[in-house]
Amino acid sequence: MSGMQHLLSMADLDRDDIEQLLNLTDSFAEVSARQIPKVPALRGKTIAWLFYEDSTRTRLSFETAAKRLSADSMNFSVGSSSINKGESLRDTVETISAMGVDGIVVRHRGAGAPQRITQWTDACVVNAGDGWHQHPTQALLDLYTAAHHLGDLDGRRIAIVGDIKHSRVARSNAIGFATMGADVTFVAPRTLLPPSLEGWPVTVTHDLDEVIGEVDICYLLRMQLERQEQSVVPTLREFHEEYGLTAARAARMRDDALIMHPGPMNRGVEIAGEVADRPNAVITEQVTNGIAVRMAVLYLLLGSGLDLVDERAHVA
Amino acid sequence: MSGSTTTVIKGGTVIDQTGSRRADVVVSAEGTVLAVGEDLDGDRTLDATDCVISPGFVDLHVHLRQPGKEEAETIETGARGAALGGFTAVVAMPNTTPAMDCAAVVREVIDLAADTICDVRPSAAITVGRDGESLTPMAELVKLGVRIFTDDGTGVQDDRLMRTALEYAGSLAHLSGGRPIVLAQHCEVNALSEGTYMHEGEWSSRLGIPGQPAEAEELMVMRDIALARLTGTRVHFQHMSTAGSVAMIRAAKAAGLPVTAEAATHHFCLTDACCADYDPLYKVHPPLRTDADVAAVKEGLADGTIDAIATDHAPHTPQDKERTFAEAPPGMLGLETAFAIANTHLDIPIEALLGALSWRPAAIAGLDPEHGGPVVEGSAANLAIVDTETTWTVSGADMASRSNNTPYEGMAVRGRVRHTILKGEPVVIDGEAQR
Repeated sequence: MSGMQHLLSMADLDRDDIEQLLNLTDSFAEVSARQIPKVPALRGKTIAWLFYEDSTRTRLSFETAAKRLSADSMNFSVGSSSINKGESLRDTVETISAMGVDGIVVRHRGAGAPQRITQWTDACVVNAGDGWHQHPTQALLDLYTAAHHLGDLDGRRIAIVGDIKHSRVARSNAIGFATMGADVTFVAPRTLLPPSLEGWPVTVTHDLDEVIGEVDICYLLRMQLERQEQSVVPTLREFHEEYGLTAARAARMRDDALIMHPGPMNRGVEIAGEVADRPNAVITEQVTNGIAVRMAVLYLLLGSGLDLVDERAHVA
Repeated sequence: MSGSTTTVIKGGTVIDQTGSRRADVVVSAEGTVLAVGEDLDGDRTLDATDCVISPGFVDLHVHLRQPGKEEAETIETGARGAALGGFTAVVAMPNTTPAMDCAAVVREVIDLAADTICDVRPSAAITVGRDGESLTPMAELVKLGVRIFTDDGTGVQDDRLMRTALEYAGSLAHLSGGRPIVLAQHCEVNALSEGTYMHEGEWSSRLGIPGQPAEAEELMVMRDIALARLTGTRVHFQHMSTAGSVAMIRAAKAAGLPVTAEAATHHFCLTDACCADYDPLYKVHPPLRTDADVAAVKEGLADGTIDAIATDHAPHTPQDKERTFAEAPPGMLGLETAFAIANTHLDIPIEALLGALSWRPAAIAGLDPEHGGPVVEGSAANLAIVDTETTWTVSGADMASRSNNTPYEGMAVRGRVRHTILKGEPVVIDGEAQR
């Protein structure tokens, strides 16, 4: 882990790596709870935000994490930069690198863009979401949130429900939860599943009612409303009926089972409005934990390289 | 070189459609084979010890990018690469800018190819602007020498228009001296492929790259076999990449339908697993498929279902390929590696290999016997002299192409083109282009 330069995919992390990151997250959650939630851990380091795709929450979360670590940041947003003037990805990355950045946090609609970027820069690259491929910090914050409530995830059962095909969150979480020993079940119609699940550590069902009473976590994915124009489901109403977490289904969940969602939610589509506000829905907690997780990731990649014990001391 | 110069190719084995024999070959600068036999002499000698002397190779499918994208390739540089690959004739695809869909652009290509070291023959688009809506002036284009029509890069989506194109093309033989007019199809049903960048399957699912199923190709193969039956006009299937396509073409040929097919070199040696690192070098249309598809394409070449090996040579500048997988244009180089890749990866007799590279595509393009004809006294002196044993390492930077997007970079391959003779002129000697 200490030799890792980038965070591109959950597939790059083994169980020890994830546990190390989640332990480090604990320390930064403690920092975040302080009256002045700021440490000098990344003072003098510069992080560039390279967001080719709209993002509000992920970007704010990363920016807050960087500020709490005292890092400087550099904005490079699509609307206000030469990206709009036809500059290639390589030229953009080389330009940013030439300004002397230590890390690049990238979101791109094209799968694999962060991996391509690593070839054109010496800076650490953090994937903040690439197409349908990966969103590793989302998976890490989900693992942290789940473990906070459920303890060891070994043998726990998670249902990931809805538009899996087009979801980087589903791909990252399937790998992340499976790596931590959980049983992962995808719940979706064929039109919303990847064409092949060969080699994936998951089971599949088309029937949410079959599993809803047994799972420890019901993880709902955002249904992208524009997908409906491609008729991947006949109507959103029918999708809600068959795959939405309705009040009736939520009532059948075990008492200690969690309801999770990466946001932003479509209330009334993948999740009934009132269900999102139930006590076992930890959706806002996920958002809170996102900052500490991203502090841990940025610190581990950009930090001083001290081992974890020293890091804890440094943070404290 | 004066008009009376003769060249003798000494010490090799001649292999053509009539068989194999140890023989020297003498060619004249006027472009004719003067003699084939033992212990011959000429004004100039090319060593062919341990080499095979074959009719020149013919590539049914190259993108030479001119006019419009001269930064990536020109007809001159593309022809040089072709000659280095043993090709004496190539068919240039019409997806230039502007498209080769009218007499003016086709004439420009013919003019630009007037003095190249490989015979460049223009194809022309089936539809104006390759937009699938109205037919190009086919009769006028046939009179300029076009024998192959294709909207390559895209397939003709409209069933009725494709039927019309086949019927009309089938009525033009009186303008081509009886030579066949061929409609060549890039088989891809857009409704199943729009917004996709690779083969749909295990790898696309894992990588999160939108994929197109094999059926996007196969549905159009199925339709065009039906339309070949309906119209009786010959259909040539370009770059066949799936097991299902090969099986359908095998059945269509068994039923006596007028169909031919080509396979691109990369479709019998690379798979979708190559895309694992998101390197757009491996992005190509049709996409790289699975191991099972590769095996089926090889089987199709072995049993003759697939007539020809084509390159689908598609140069792109580094800056065009230095993008994300989704944004980069599809295509890869092929001309200078085709023989070596085929010789390395296909387990078929050398006669069948040369047939798929030379006389069978020459017949499809209506170029025989000028190209791909038997090597006998009096025949046209268009020859490839190849060594089937030498191994070498592929390097894009060493290629004649203006681009270097070879998917075989750093790969060790066996077999090399030693000399190429175009119209009696040694245009490549010991692997070096002479002009």
